[in-house]
Amino acid sequence: MSLLELDGVKVHFPVRKGVLFDRTVGHVYAVDGISLSVEAGQTYGLVGESGCGKTTLGRAVLRLVDVTDGSVVLDGTDVAKLSEKELRSFRRRLQMVFQDPLGSLNPRQNIESILSEGMAAHGIGANQEERREKIKEILAKVGLPTNALSRYPHEFSGGQRQRIGIARALVLEPDVIICDEPVSALDVSIQAQVINLLEELQESMGLTYLVIAHDLAVVRHISDVIGVMYLGSLVEEAPSDALYAEPMHPYTKALMSAVPVPDPEVEERRERILLHGDLPSPANPPAGCRFHTRCPWAQATRCATERPQLTDLGGGHKVACHFAREIADGTIVRAGDEPAASAAPADTAPADTAADAPAEIPAQATGERAETDRAEDAAPAEAKADGAEAPEAKADGAESDGAEADEAEDAAPADTAPAVAEADSAEADVVKADDAPKA
Amino acid sequence: MGLISTNTSKIDRLAELTAATEHSTGASLWREALRRLRASKMAVIGAVIIGLFVIVAIIGPWVAPYGPIEQTWRGEVFPNQGKFVGARAENWFGLDQLGRDLFSRFLVGARQTLLVGVVSMLIGLVVGAVIGAVSGAAATLGGRSGQRVDSFVMRVTDIMLALPSLLLAVSIAAVMGQSLTTVMIAVGVVQVPIFARLLRGSMLAQGRSDYVLAARSLGIRKRRIVLTQIMPNSLSPVIVQATLSLATAIIEAAALSYLGLGNPDPAVPEWGVMLSSAQRFFDNAPMMSVYPAVGIIITALGFTLLGEAMREALDPKLRG
Amino acid sequence: MPLLTVDELTVTFGGRGRKDVRAVNGVSFTVDQGQVVGLVGESGCGKSVTSLALMGLLPAKGVTLGGRADFDGTDLLTLSPRRMRDMRGRDLAMIFQDPLSSLNPVVPVGVQVTEILQRHRGLKGEAARKEAAHLLDRVGIPDPNRRLKEFPHQLSGGMRQRALIAMAVACAPRLLIADEPTTALDVTIQAQILELLKELVDQEGTALLMITHDLGVVAGLCDQVNVLYAGKVVESAARRELFAHPTHPYTHGLLGSIPRLDAPRGEPLHPIRGSINDQIAWADGCAFAPRCDRYEMDCLTGTPALTEPRAAGHQARCVNPVLATTEVPA
Repeated sequence: MSLLELDGVKVHFPVRKGVLFDRTVGHVYAVDGISLSVEAGQTYGLVGESGCGKTTLGRAVLRLVDVTDGSVVLDGTDVAKLSEKELRSFRRRLQMVFQDPLGSLNPRQNIESILSEGMAAHGIGANQEERREKIKEILAKVGLPTNALSRYPHEFSGGQRQRIGIARALVLEPDVIICDEPVSALDVSIQAQVINLLEELQESMGLTYLVIAHDLAVVRHISDVIGVMYLGSLVEEAPSDALYAEPMHPYTKALMSAVPVPDPEVEERRERILLHGDLPSPANPPAGCRFHTRCPWAQATRCATERPQLTDLGGGHKVACHFAREIADGTIVRAGDEPAASAAPADTAPADTAADAPAEIPAQATGERAETDRAEDAAPAEAKADGAEAPEAKADGAESDGAEADEAEDAAPADTAPAVAEADSAEADVVKADDAPKA
Repeated sequence: MGLISTNTSKIDRLAELTAATEHSTGASLWREALRRLRASKMAVIGAVIIGLFVIVAIIGPWVAPYGPIEQTWRGEVFPNQGKFVGARAENWFGLDQLGRDLFSRFLVGARQTLLVGVVSMLIGLVVGAVIGAVSGAAATLGGRSGQRVDSFVMRVTDIMLALPSLLLAVSIAAVMGQSLTTVMIAVGVVQVPIFARLLRGSMLAQGRSDYVLAARSLGIRKRRIVLTQIMPNSLSPVIVQATLSLATAIIEAAALSYLGLGNPDPAVPEWGVMLSSAQRFFDNAPMMSVYPAVGIIITALGFTLLGEAMREALDPKLRG
Repeated sequence: MPLLTVDELTVTFGGRGRKDVRAVNGVSFTVDQGQVVGLVGESGCGKSVTSLALMGLLPAKGVTLGGRADFDGTDLLTLSPRRMRDMRGRDLAMIFQDPLSSLNPVVPVGVQVTEILQRHRGLKGEAARKEAAHLLDRVGIPDPNRRLKEFPHQLSGGMRQRALIAMAVACAPRLLIADEPTTALDVTIQAQILELLKELVDQEGTALLMITHDLGVVAGLCDQVNVLYAGKVVESAARRELFAHPTHPYTHGLLGSIPRLDAPRGEPLHPIRGSINDQIAWADGCAFAPRCDRYEMDCLTGTPALTEPRAAGHQARCVNPVLATTEVPA
């Protein structure tokens, strides 16, 4: 049993219009079915770009926004079902650290008042004297001087303000602290101070964090488990190291390849996966896989029609992609990419099939398409050698095991599935930084 | 030994140098605003004008050389013949059409003018702030039903805003009769929707801020959040508006008096009424209109200057 | 002969009744033809003020400029407002951080682009419209003819920044100044924009002055890097040299502060202590000394000079520079 468990959490905001009486004309699907669990004493990192719903999810956990559907269970209690009154006292156990260190502190309260307010509301400490003692203790822990008590938020630097925000959460001794972009408003040198502080506090006090951030490097640094969000849903979840070692969802791959690394050597060698277009509107998300409109690996079948579920591919590495295995194997390659460039592991895919396929010929013309949906112990595939069958016929085959190859020539056992060149040379996405080294 | 001493000396030296650039404060935002206000020339001029006005309003009746209704020089003024008496040694502002000393009436009238301004502003402020606070609190933390309350209240204030102030004043006067109270209520009622909208808007903006979210996540009661978090931060624009409103209230009251809706009692002169009665003789005795008019303008200017200076002093963008 | 030579630039803000604040305190650097030069630093280091001073965009009132900024023989700092206006857009162009507020919200994108073409290139009517469409296409905006009619709010953040870049390169300027051009954008969009900038520099030979706080962006883009602290350049080197051997303790500390995506998990960060508020005046010594672990008594006696303690062309303003390659930031 995990400390915090989210199951099928949805947050839909109604879009209302009207002159005198508002009517609902649609919904923004900010969070659309998220399940995850946070273990005690660990850090779960939730990463995603703006508009992916990560902040809304964080607020839904504290029920600062209403949960449309699903449950948020902390230590056996469903936060989503608590009454207003129960919720108020329960909130002590879930605390939040906000992005904007200045905006999240009332400018007209001094630090003592800010920190003791929550304590008073929850009856911590018999009197102000006792509370002040406790506050002083916490201030020392977060690295602030005791003379901070009588001062006001605007008199502190950004990093110090964030320390105050952390102290405000800590004085209530919560079970879980949700950190919503805890460092993104801070300068680089200050970011590191706050990240280190969060880690030290976790070690010394056994804290549990749910960290929400857009910066993959920060999330990777502090998280045990990382969930990647795109347009309201989780597309991938894995232990931090596993995710970095082998991102499996196309979106994660693109995200990871886009994060700049402060090292020219790395920057020159890296291969960027550039996504085309922009994030679709969460009020009108695409059908099927939410990412298929921008996915360089998108296939003609399933992706546009069927929403992939988060499935465990072993070792707690969960991916919501119909073709995650094939992409990892290199049997499906990126649009515009030459198959060999994806460097499929030698033991799974015979690279020669792929390398022979000339990139100029669009895949559709040669009719090569392989779809494999390998179960854990995939039996040798039943290759269906039926060239006449249209790929669309596959649309309903959600649960099919084994591989289907629409063209007979390349039919092969699933574990050595043929690489497919779905080359659309018009849109070359591959960018190698060392293509043009400058003097 | 030597190592330790160089170490301490470098630390001392650094402390000495950093102390030079350090700016230590320790004041709340209100106190900081006050400090900025004191440093502002505009605020000081405004405050001096208002101070003089208030002093005159208080001590006016005692320092006035003559009684405001004594028609001492009745025989020297003949309005129907166009014969008036201007400024002279014994009557600094000259005489009015009934042979009364204008300077004395001016001094005594300041009190009524201040009263009209302050009372009508207070009517607007109190009623408006209550409506705005209810609406703002309902909209920020009242959920869906709160938002309904808010939109109903706001529609009502919209209707009030749509009524021409003059029409409203005339209607009130029709019901209550011609008096100073009528003027004050009429001017005050017109200010109500302004204050209501201002406070509500300000509360809505503050209600969306992260510190309110933080207070909610701390588990603090909504009522307390409204009172300790949202309200204190929403008041700055209202305070500024109140100051500026004093100026407009005085002018509006003067306008209504000028139209003959003011206090008809000659024993209690008021600048607006004075202006109103003087305008009939503007051709022959323009100065009779000028004194009360200039009084109104300078006072209004004082409040406006102070209000603008306060707006700058309270502006959160300038703090730090 | 460099395209732009900035020599001891100072910018002082001072108003009535306020204490003078020197935001830029003697910044010198050069930009060669076709070179990408980075100005890196954290908030308050003076990097943005430097760019505004070069573009002549600082308010005339309450601002005192000092030093020289020689652009191909003309001193940008002493140029008349009129001549500066002529140069802006034609010889020098700027890209700002916030693409939404940099575009006029009530004027269609197309009009804003054609305006520049009219002003500096004398193009009119259909010719200007065609060129505008070509420019939008050039910066990777799909369906440019439709986009020209749209208003800024109808474009996404990435698209707006592309439109701004199109406006900036409309007259093929010799120097492009980009002030945190990707900070407001998501990381996948940032990658697109950086790619575009790189491409423009490579193909058009435009020099780029890149102002950013992000050392990752610098590592992928800049040829020469200048690190700013408290209004002064504290370190300047070619990109590879700088990242391989950060010599000023501040640069060293910055690199130690950044969580790296490719670093093994669990490796601790080495933050710089204190904040930008912990500062001493440059006249008294090194402004970074209060946050520095290496400071000594000689750091507190006057402004340290820019020297080349490690290699030729690698300058650092430090009397106790980090020289050992193995040294871990503390």
